[in-house]
Amino acid sequence: MNSIAQKLGSAVFVLLFFLIWELACLAFHVSDLVLPRPSEILVVLYTKGAGIWPHAVATLTSTVLGFVAGVMAGILLGVVIGYSKIIYDALYPTLVGFSSIPKVALVPILVLWFGAGTWPAVLTAMSMSLFPVVVNMATGLATIEPELKEIMHVLKAKPTDILWNVSLPRSLPYLFASLKVAITLAFVGAVVSETIASNKGIGNMMMIASSNFDVPLTFAGLLVLAVMGVAFYAIFAVLEARFTGWAHRGSQQ
Amino acid sequence: MSRPDRAAAEANASVKGLSPVRARGDSVSERLIRLHNVTVQYGAADQAVLALQATNLEVGRGELLALVGPSGCGKSTILKLLGGLIRPTSGAVSVGDDRGDVRIGMAFQNPTLLPWLTIVQNVMLPLKIVPPFRNRFRAKRKGEYLDRVQHLLEQVGLSGFGEKYPWQLSGGMLQRASLCRALVHDPSLLLLDEPFGALDQFTREELWGILQQLWMTHKPTILLVTHDFREAVFLATRLCVMRPRPGQIIDDSLVEFPRPRTLEMTFGSEFVAAMHRARMLLGASLSGTDRGGIK
Repeated sequence: MNSIAQKLGSAVFVLLFFLIWELACLAFHVSDLVLPRPSEILVVLYTKGAGIWPHAVATLTSTVLGFVAGVMAGILLGVVIGYSKIIYDALYPTLVGFSSIPKVALVPILVLWFGAGTWPAVLTAMSMSLFPVVVNMATGLATIEPELKEIMHVLKAKPTDILWNVSLPRSLPYLFASLKVAITLAFVGAVVSETIASNKGIGNMMMIASSNFDVPLTFAGLLVLAVMGVAFYAIFAVLEARFTGWAHRGSQQ
Repeated sequence: MSRPDRAAAEANASVKGLSPVRARGDSVSERLIRLHNVTVQYGAADQAVLALQATNLEVGRGELLALVGPSGCGKSTILKLLGGLIRPTSGAVSVGDDRGDVRIGMAFQNPTLLPWLTIVQNVMLPLKIVPPFRNRFRAKRKGEYLDRVQHLLEQVGLSGFGEKYPWQLSGGMLQRASLCRALVHDPSLLLLDEPFGALDQFTREELWGILQQLWMTHKPTILLVTHDFREAVFLATRLCVMRPRPGQIIDDSLVEFPRPRTLEMTFGSEFVAAMHRARMLLGASLSGTDRGGIK
């Protein structure tokens, strides 16, 4: 009951937001060169939809490829780092160094190596989604209650038994919390890279539209990005609730 | 005579229901556990704490040995040694005979169930890990193993709660489930580290009865660590009193009250005398006159 009311509330607020935008533009005679009305943006989306679609697909592909690669590498690194204190101490400063580099600064280098196009976008997305996953995975593994492991040691469990039955499930809430952040960052990485150096993707489309003063199309790109971003986040929020409900019972009961 | 000496002398007077282990000679029936001159030291050289000093202990199959003493006397250290969680600083620990590994079950003061698994899945965990069960786990978990788990849950009064998650159950119920997990793989050695310490008196007494019943039917070897003399005398076939700093065993007696023991018996004069004796020994051995002494 309560959750239906919540969802209704947020839907109403979204509609209200666009309505106020529309009415404010009409009331104050805002030029569509500055801020187009939502209705104009929707019209552009409809009329130029066929042209926007390949760009959206390109951005989606780069984001998902980069995200998947980043998460897989992140889990692997996180497990290695979280499992051994020695490796943790050795690798952590380097990791912090890499993670503090603004990832936009990598794009020119990636372009040098791979040429402009899809690969820099994928790799930027990957490099941005990697670190939150590594840090959360390592934290999840490093904070396991020693009693849980003792139970397994008494049963003479193999290290892989402990990993599959205790360590990984126990770290899942940390992992999923990082996935929501990582998918958003991957998306940012892909779009930033497309904006700088690509001939396709929503980022590239918006750059071209803006230099042509096609403001409604630029905003249409923004709207597409917003919808994709929210969709990504929602997918991982649902997965999180499905797989790690045991860790969030306080908010559900 | 100073007071501690007198207390020790009184404590050593024979008490009905207790007899010193030495009277049996060295013929422990089918020995399962042997600690030989075991010393355990925690921490580095100058801040080292002697958790256990030159301790010798032999336990036969089927005994229910209670280790009683105040915190720091090394009783949990003995369990950790036997469970293979720590190694002795010096001396030798052996568990089992020449026939190979002994299956061990362990339960702690906290139930330590895995929060993402249901009670049934939690209890089933050892079957997934311990040979020979693990080899057949995939095939049998729906049938034979499930029956086994349900049967155990029934014995401890948890039938109907198997599909619940740990956070849906009370502390006493979790501790019952934890006992089931310690028992499900049919261990020949059960290590219980203050398993009833965090429970209220009524739940604790009920679980004593259940544990006694389980021991009488399955006859596993049990090492029970506790600081509750009543619990120790109620459950044990043999009682080791330990003192702290450095940890060592100061008394080792057989507890010979008939079974099944009832709560009623714990208020009888013989039972109280046995508790009193163990408590006096500890009071006398602690340095200082008043600390822990009984007037």
